[in-house]
Amino acid sequence: MSGPDESSLVRSYVITGGRAQPSRTDVDVITLIKATASKELLHRLNREKRNIVELCRGGALMTVAEAAGYLNLSVALTKVLVADLIDAQLITTRTAPSSPAADRTLLEEVLNGLRARL
Amino acid sequence: MGSAPVSKQPIYLADTVQVATKILVAGHFGVGKTTYVGTLSEIDPLRTEEVMTASSIGYDDLVGLPDKKTTTVAMDFGRLTLSPRLVLYLFGAPGQERFRRLWQDLAYGALGALVLADTRNLAESFPVFDRVEEFGLPYGVAVNHFSGGRRFDEAEVRDALDLDQDTPLVTCDARDPQSSTIALIRLVEHLHARAVNQESYR
Repeated sequence: MSGPDESSLVRSYVITGGRAQPSRTDVDVITLIKATASKELLHRLNREKRNIVELCRGGALMTVAEAAGYLNLSVALTKVLVADLIDAQLITTRTAPSSPAADRTLLEEVLNGLRARL
Repeated sequence: MGSAPVSKQPIYLADTVQVATKILVAGHFGVGKTTYVGTLSEIDPLRTEEVMTASSIGYDDLVGLPDKKTTTVAMDFGRLTLSPRLVLYLFGAPGQERFRRLWQDLAYGALGALVLADTRNLAESFPVFDRVEEFGLPYGVAVNHFSGGRRFDEAEVRDALDLDQDTPLVTCDARDPQSSTIALIRLVEHLHARAVNQESYR
């Protein structure tokens, strides 16, 4: 077996069918995801995609990064897989992708939340 | 819930959460990013292994070239639920040039960055500031005060790091929730002041 670095790269290549870029650009590391109640047979999915759907079933809400962390996948790879699952309507997202310009109201909300922790 | 093979029991978000936002905790190797994230996170921090090239070419260019020299970097992150509808994620971000692709993912939409620095080795932080500035992230600096390290002189550190007068500079102990939270508050106050300023120019 090759080193861990090389094998994980090959593994990523196989899982995504050779793609490094997600099929859509609105999947971010903190995109909130949950599984839909779709009845589509999960066995058609590869193992990694099936695991993502199962992790987020029953209305369980988490971010793309957390799904990656729990399933021992890289975030870069998980973004590609989640984008496919959104296209297949097996995963829905809750929030719009974060806007590059932080708005003032959001920052005030963050500040209040942090101050309340002191 | 699901039956996926997980590294640890998932702790899901409350269903009331509508907005997720993020701040990068940037710093060189060994400066205390993992400790800092762990101190503030409400869940056991999660870790992913991201594949990187040794030469900083993109992940894209690597696909199909498995013999290319690669490296992985561990990325730690944690979360803080700040209100029923808002959750903040803290991502530990390594500073080296070769992690640029990871930075691209993390910096997109981030509120800003908190740069952790060590006064015993300020020069180690220079590449970290290069990344933060390259991605246009507003930032604050927290000197992680290791026990035994001497107290720093603020003017000296500002000068050594070439910080603007309005860039927040605080001391924290990455193991201590109070001072670590205050460092984050100083950063967000700075971000807020900038946002107010920008609004008044519109």
